[in-house]
Amino acid sequence: MNKVLFFAHLRDSAGVESVEFAASGKTVADLKELISEQFGLQNFDTVMTAINEEFATDDEVIQEGDTIAFIPPVSGG
Amino acid sequence: MKFFEIAKDPINTQSVIDKVIQREAGAITTFIGTVRELTHGKKTLYLVYEAYEPMAVKKLAQIGTEIEERWPGSKVAITHRVGKLDITDIAVVIAVSTPHRADAYEANRYAIERIKEIVPIWKKEHWEDGQEWIGNQLETVAYPSGKPEEGDLGE
Repeated sequence: MNKVLFFAHLRDSAGVESVEFAASGKTVADLKELISEQFGLQNFDTVMTAINEEFATDDEVIQEGDTIAFIPPVSGG
Repeated sequence: MKFFEIAKDPINTQSVIDKVIQREAGAITTFIGTVRELTHGKKTLYLVYEAYEPMAVKKLAQIGTEIEERWPGSKVAITHRVGKLDITDIAVVIAVSTPHRADAYEANRYAIERIKEIVPIWKKEHWEDGQEWIGNQLETVAYPSGKPEEGDLGE
């Protein structure tokens, strides 16, 4: 299984901070599509993805146990 | 000593500066980011900052490494606060020491711009008539629908 984390407006839209999801073997792009459908999240292509706290590209393949975080455009500082 | 931190309590600016003191330095620049009341005429009551903390610390450290590679002899410390912040509160302190002053200014500017690009920290603005997550790095666009619209990201 994989832990999927939501932040900021994504968390508000999804209604949860995190979910367990069987994502191993899927690409980041696959997971984005599945998650956005399941939680009704729109314009998901503008969201960055991190695997185990490092930015990942859409074609990266998720491994068993990886933590996936969806990162909306940041606004720190 | 932790050079890159996410803090839940008010930041002690001097303690961040102290981390970059070095005998080789001829300059220390300190950037203090504070909570502004008015943005485009709209009055902010307070902000809430949220971080993906372990990744945010890593990305702050990455910025430090980038600076130390680009400006040899530099030393960097950054603390960003999370939680509820009132107007005039300090949100971020960046201290950079370098052998010469021009580099200290440049490197410090680089740090804040990079924070707005790669560090997973978000702010939610609270106004009298509502609240919104601020959605892009330039602090100019909020997403009323809770999502970026076409064209928002290229700015």
